Amino acid sequence: MSGLLEVEGLQVWFDLDRGRELHAVQGVSFSLEPGERLGLVGESGCGKTTTVLGLLGLLPPSASVAGSVRLNGVDILAGGEQTIRPHRWVDLAIVFQGAMNALNPVKTVGSQIVEALELHGLARGRDARLRTGELLESVGIPEARVDRFPHEFSGGMRQRAAIAMALACNPSVLVADEPTTALDVMVQAQILELLDSLCRDFGLALLLVTHDLPVVAELCDRAAVMYAGEIVEHGPVDALYHEPRHPYTRLLFAATPDLYGEGVPASIPGAPPRLDLPLTGCPFHTRCDRAFARCPQERPLLRELERGRSAACHLNDVVAEVV
Amino acid sequence: MSGSNGAGPLIAVEDLVVRYAVARGLLATISRKPQHFVHAVEGVSFTVSRGELVALVGESGCGKTTTAQAILRLVEPVSGRIAFDGGDITALHSRALRPLRRRMQLIYQDPYESLDPRLSVRAAVEEPLLIHRLGGSRTERRERVREALSRVELSPPELFLERYPHELSGGQRQRVAIAASIVLGPDLLVADEPVSMLDVSVRAGVLNLLDRLREDGLGILMITHDLSTAARFADRIAVMYLGRIVEEGPAQSVVRDPQHPYTKALLSVVPRRDPRKRSRPEILSGEAPDAVRIPSGCRFHPRCPITIADCREIDPALEPAGAGTGHKAACIRV
Repeated sequence: MSGLLEVEGLQVWFDLDRGRELHAVQGVSFSLEPGERLGLVGESGCGKTTTVLGLLGLLPPSASVAGSVRLNGVDILAGGEQTIRPHRWVDLAIVFQGAMNALNPVKTVGSQIVEALELHGLARGRDARLRTGELLESVGIPEARVDRFPHEFSGGMRQRAAIAMALACNPSVLVADEPTTALDVMVQAQILELLDSLCRDFGLALLLVTHDLPVVAELCDRAAVMYAGEIVEHGPVDALYHEPRHPYTRLLFAATPDLYGEGVPASIPGAPPRLDLPLTGCPFHTRCDRAFARCPQERPLLRELERGRSAACHLNDVVAEVV
Repeated sequence: MSGSNGAGPLIAVEDLVVRYAVARGLLATISRKPQHFVHAVEGVSFTVSRGELVALVGESGCGKTTTAQAILRLVEPVSGRIAFDGGDITALHSRALRPLRRRMQLIYQDPYESLDPRLSVRAAVEEPLLIHRLGGSRTERRERVREALSRVELSPPELFLERYPHELSGGQRQRVAIAASIVLGPDLLVADEPVSMLDVSVRAGVLNLLDRLREDGLGILMITHDLSTAARFADRIAVMYLGRIVEEGPAQSVVRDPQHPYTKALLSVVPRRDPRKRSRPEILSGEAPDAVRIPSGCRFHPRCPITIADCREIDPALEPAGAGTGHKAACIRV
């Protein structure tokens, strides 16, 4: 199977002082087809943002990256910056949480997009301005606002402008890192609707990085749940909610309040393990409500349970033996 | 303070109005350009009783935080009345307020900023006692600190007393901040987005803690933009839009039987956990106008999906609506 984007065994280490290392991403694999929407979900420190920065080659020099990132079958990670640069923004574009940081405050929104188009040799002068107007219209910003500065835009408009800029080179994959986290719920709904239509109408593949399970449930087809630097469960969003195969997935949903849900949300006791120390056993076993003798001993590997579903939990072996 | 009877509501806000002057440049001032105001809160009334958690919900800029600050007398209202435990505190000057400050405490959003990084947990929780000259002797104070830590479920307290904020997780920090608020034995807690900076897996723990404090008899006013949290943890919900409460009532009535078109729209866009229950969102276009130029009539009419000509003229009052008792909405079409 050759997908549009295939990430395999991605690992990221950060150098700490005194020769110590922090193993932030510990072998993450997933793939993405055109028009598909995958959620990468997890709590702070789980490695979700490091994963996407790693695959885009945007990590600081203190990070070492291993694994492969194949775009249409070609490994773009193999040659480092040299092989990534031709594809960054062109095939793989990213939108960050605080759109204010993505936009230059002293340049008009339009001129920044024109600049991106010219830099990549996609259009010049009048053509670039026309294309900028189209791009802004496509994300719901009236063309008349091309010459406005970022501070004259509301938070939602800035996020739309950042999306328009990410779309400038007509990428096939859009990575959105917490794109609605700082926004109000109504503006969040507007942005989610926009992302939904971009995937639907233009076949854009979306990799949505977020801590917010309901947002993933709303927008994505599949999701990968990350914990302590690895994917612990991966599958269709419907299956993750209704038949989770990893206790962390189940407990994370149970901790999330729902508008009409019954019962009181329960927190997950304890904290994730430190990633600068070697891990033994399952990284979740100290917080798990179903841990058994094998869990502190042996680290479970992510394995396919059925087509399109995988989990890294020893319980799935136990169940298989019983059944 | 007189009139403390313990029977009426703990806090009663009536027709509260708060405005901020928009900064004018020197030229605008000497040329006597008209002064503009941000109409942050425009006639808000509600109560919080003992043992009750009231959620003030709304989008940023709706005036929910300003309302909370006015109650704590951190900003001065233009008009209106704030009664605490039966006594009018609207005009009390700072010295008269001091004994009241002990009884109304604020919990901030960000426990990474609200705790002094140089203070140990013990010192942070003890500090309010020293400021208010409470708790008697050193041993007594230590005992109260220990008690407060147990109440926020940081137990055994000995494990936490000598730690510093950087050695604690986000959830533990927020618990320390709550301990420092309840060590004075307050009657009212005002919690401004108390869990929005925390990870999902620890949020529920902090919210359940607030719920237990409420059961113990504290009145809690929680400011939040998260309707799912309000639906689960509040007794009553007040929905604000552009400085007004547009709907108010028992949490379950407001969530399951919303009356105001703004509340309906807000609820419709809240993402659900279950992908099978994907919302059919009723997305309002644009964003709330800024609070300097409030629309005429009903302030929601420019974005309202069911607006009629009268809405441009009539500024609707908050009136009984829906089937639930104590459920009110401000809309002429309800």
